[in-house]
Amino acid sequence: MRILTMLLMLLLATPALAQPQPTLTVIAHDSFNYTQSVLDTFTEETGIAVEVLRLGDAGLLVNQSILNRENPLGDVLFGVDNTFLGRALDADLFVAYESPLLENVDQRFIVDPEHRVTPIDYGDVCLNYDVAYFDEHAVPLPESLADLTDPVYNGLLTVANPATSSPGLAFLLTTVAVFGEESDYTYLDYWRDLVANDVYISDDWTDAYYNQFSGSLGSLGVRPLVVSYASSPPAEVFFADPQPEAAPTGSIVADDTCFRQIEFAGILNRTDMEAEAQQFIDFMLGQPFQEDMPLNMFVFPVNSEAVLPEVFAEYAAIPDQPVTLTPEQIDAGREAWIQAWTETVLR
Amino acid sequence: MDRDGSALKWLMRVGRHGLWFVPLAFLAIFFAYPLVSILGVGFAPEGKLDLTGLIEIASSSYYLQTLGFTLGQAVISTLLTLLLAVPGAFVFTHYRFPGRSIFAALAALPFVLPTVVVAAAFLALIGPRGLVNQALMSTLDLTQPPIQLERTLTIILLAHVFYNYGVAFRLISAFWANRSLRIEEAARILGARGWRLWWHVRLPILRPALIAAATLVFIYTFTSFGVIVILGGPRFATLEVEIYRQVANIFDLPVASALSVVQIAFMFVAIGLYNRLEKRAGLALAQGAPPGRPPRNPGEWLMIAANQTIVALFLIAPLLALVARSFTTPQGALTLNYYAGLGENLRGSVLSVPPLQAVGTSIAIALVATALTVILGLMAARALTRRSGAPAWLETVFMLPLATSAVVLGFGFNVALDAPPLNLRTSVALLPIAHTLVALPFVLRSIVPALRSLPAHVEEAAQVLGANPIMTFWRIQLPLISRALAVASVFAFTMSMGEFGASLFVARPNNPTLPIAIFRLLGQPGEANYGRALALSSILLFVCAVGFALIERTQPTSDRTY
Repeated sequence: MRILTMLLMLLLATPALAQPQPTLTVIAHDSFNYTQSVLDTFTEETGIAVEVLRLGDAGLLVNQSILNRENPLGDVLFGVDNTFLGRALDADLFVAYESPLLENVDQRFIVDPEHRVTPIDYGDVCLNYDVAYFDEHAVPLPESLADLTDPVYNGLLTVANPATSSPGLAFLLTTVAVFGEESDYTYLDYWRDLVANDVYISDDWTDAYYNQFSGSLGSLGVRPLVVSYASSPPAEVFFADPQPEAAPTGSIVADDTCFRQIEFAGILNRTDMEAEAQQFIDFMLGQPFQEDMPLNMFVFPVNSEAVLPEVFAEYAAIPDQPVTLTPEQIDAGREAWIQAWTETVLR
Repeated sequence: MDRDGSALKWLMRVGRHGLWFVPLAFLAIFFAYPLVSILGVGFAPEGKLDLTGLIEIASSSYYLQTLGFTLGQAVISTLLTLLLAVPGAFVFTHYRFPGRSIFAALAALPFVLPTVVVAAAFLALIGPRGLVNQALMSTLDLTQPPIQLERTLTIILLAHVFYNYGVAFRLISAFWANRSLRIEEAARILGARGWRLWWHVRLPILRPALIAAATLVFIYTFTSFGVIVILGGPRFATLEVEIYRQVANIFDLPVASALSVVQIAFMFVAIGLYNRLEKRAGLALAQGAPPGRPPRNPGEWLMIAANQTIVALFLIAPLLALVARSFTTPQGALTLNYYAGLGENLRGSVLSVPPLQAVGTSIAIALVATALTVILGLMAARALTRRSGAPAWLETVFMLPLATSAVVLGFGFNVALDAPPLNLRTSVALLPIAHTLVALPFVLRSIVPALRSLPAHVEEAAQVLGANPIMTFWRIQLPLISRALAVASVFAFTMSMGEFGASLFVARPNNPTLPIAIFRLLGQPGEANYGRALALSSILLFVCAVGFALIERTQPTSDRTY
């Protein structure tokens, strides 16, 4: 009993043992990653300590933050992307801040004109292919989404469920943008044809990429096409030992086949460290952090002055014309599209 | 002793008037309060009662189908698991044979593995390009893989047996190891043989353990999530899966809350029924039955061989396939590379800390959670098994955390525990607390049947001889149930080491637990990340195996039969 009381007291006391230094709390999704020494330079230069809390994927992060908006978990939120931005802005999660470093950021990334969120990085959700498979078989690479319904690609493609996966949702949005909802051949018609062509639906990216896709080194998968990121091929080279001469996978960046995900950071309403939070946003847009991101999260920096690592420069492709939908369009349609997709593809 | 005199008296008073109050308070603060808070948001989003969620699910045949599927697969999974675990436990407790204890230890390991790793293990074994299919294709000269289990109910059931066999096996063997030989001998003399011996004698004696095991396996498979979405694919959905989709993706809290209430109510009724069955089953057990004998005839050898083959095929082969892959390069050569990098924090290592640090974090959390669970579990179990103790429904209540969707509870923590004195949302204490909640039902299921089957005269004799209730419990009853206690600790430790759902949904500082670290490695492309994830999974298996061995060793030797 006494032990239990002590244990409980110990447990309850832990939050009280916080550091004396001002600590800025950053809440982020699970994929947020950085080099500790780079983050340390922020603390050295500003005297502000940073604590990072991770909380599920981007969707869960936004939903939890909306529930907690009266008493947020932290001061800065990183990791809301353009597929969930509308939901976050509607819930009035953020206070506006226009960083001076935005002058180095292309206008295409500045999605919210009121600057309630600041773009930090972007990545393109594109088709990836198994290089060896297409070398060995007399099958051309697909050049458009419509190509994928051709019988030569029967049984070759794996995608993740848009209801549960972020790249899965991005791919569904691509098909909505390309085929539309009201044309003669809608996105749902397209999906019916994909199903007829034996598309494999994984529940998440991990299962799609590692278990079903055949291109990743050592994979036991049997399908040579997968929806992943344009930055996946450099990761295949970077995370291999020894590093191969050529990437085992490639990404297809043809026009209107990729969806651009932009990730934002925002200062949470009701923070009492607004000035410190603004400094942190500037830090995230600054060159050291922007150049640190690619190899930690396999995303591209939005700061045009940031230099890409060699492996990115060599193996990553950037689509000229990814599809675009505004956060408002996405927010208005998202649930209905997912619902219709579920009815059409799964049931 | 004098100094502790007053403390002892106080403890006695607490003990007499309701030791159950402590675990109940724990449950009230860390389970009921967060749950009610989040359900409140779902049922009264604007402060007014709004039952649109309930109406929506009641008026849709889809949710009824989901409930039907959830129930059906849980019942079949439970029956299959028991069907395999009972012979396993029988062979294990009645005979001595080579490799016996290794088999027993390995059988419990699958329980700790994250589902996506299990999916990888199954794929390596029976996937289209897995070992079995490749062997069959080359020997039989086939062009298509003969075993195609992807996305079938079969693979869901297989995985459920794979996961839960160890739970059932442990509970049943712990009970069987204390069996009374006299009853069986008497039955034999009276002419019971073969199936009669099983049906009229062995199974009835075993009933408390069977019910305890069935309850846990049923709850676990009823609320199954990872197995369903990853191995079953998006076409299958349990209530738990549907709740997750509503919370995480659609963000429809009214529907999610309504589904949660249905799930909890359903579990409450099911567990209540089980508990009633269990209470009628009490049968006095002898302590420390002999540790089994070597098999005597070919029939017995055959039975043992058949059982061990099944265990090896279903449970051990996938584990071996997993460990083997963590030592193999994509080209098929032997390598230690995936392990070598774990101690450093490489640039681009996907984690901001050296991956090995996750091992320490997980062990520390698991130790705290185990201690907390066993202490609370003992208090609750003692109260539940005394005639004048806690009300009967309490036992059912203690099981409910397991029946509650992890994502709902995680959101509940964030909504409810957000202000002093319980500002725990971002505290390191939250993980051990969450793990304790999910481990408590397992600990109770181990201890309560054991306490119940202690003969009443043991306690009475001790008290006649002058021992007070606390001393009786500490000196007499506790040693008598030491095996069940060991099993309980193993469960608590394992649950915490492998816990993934609740851990994912609470805010976590920089130091991930092992399953979270594995999950994050698998969230990035690249062969090294995949290899490291498998290496960490193998380490998780190894740590749990060592944990099992250590906990087993703490048992008094006289009582240790395996």
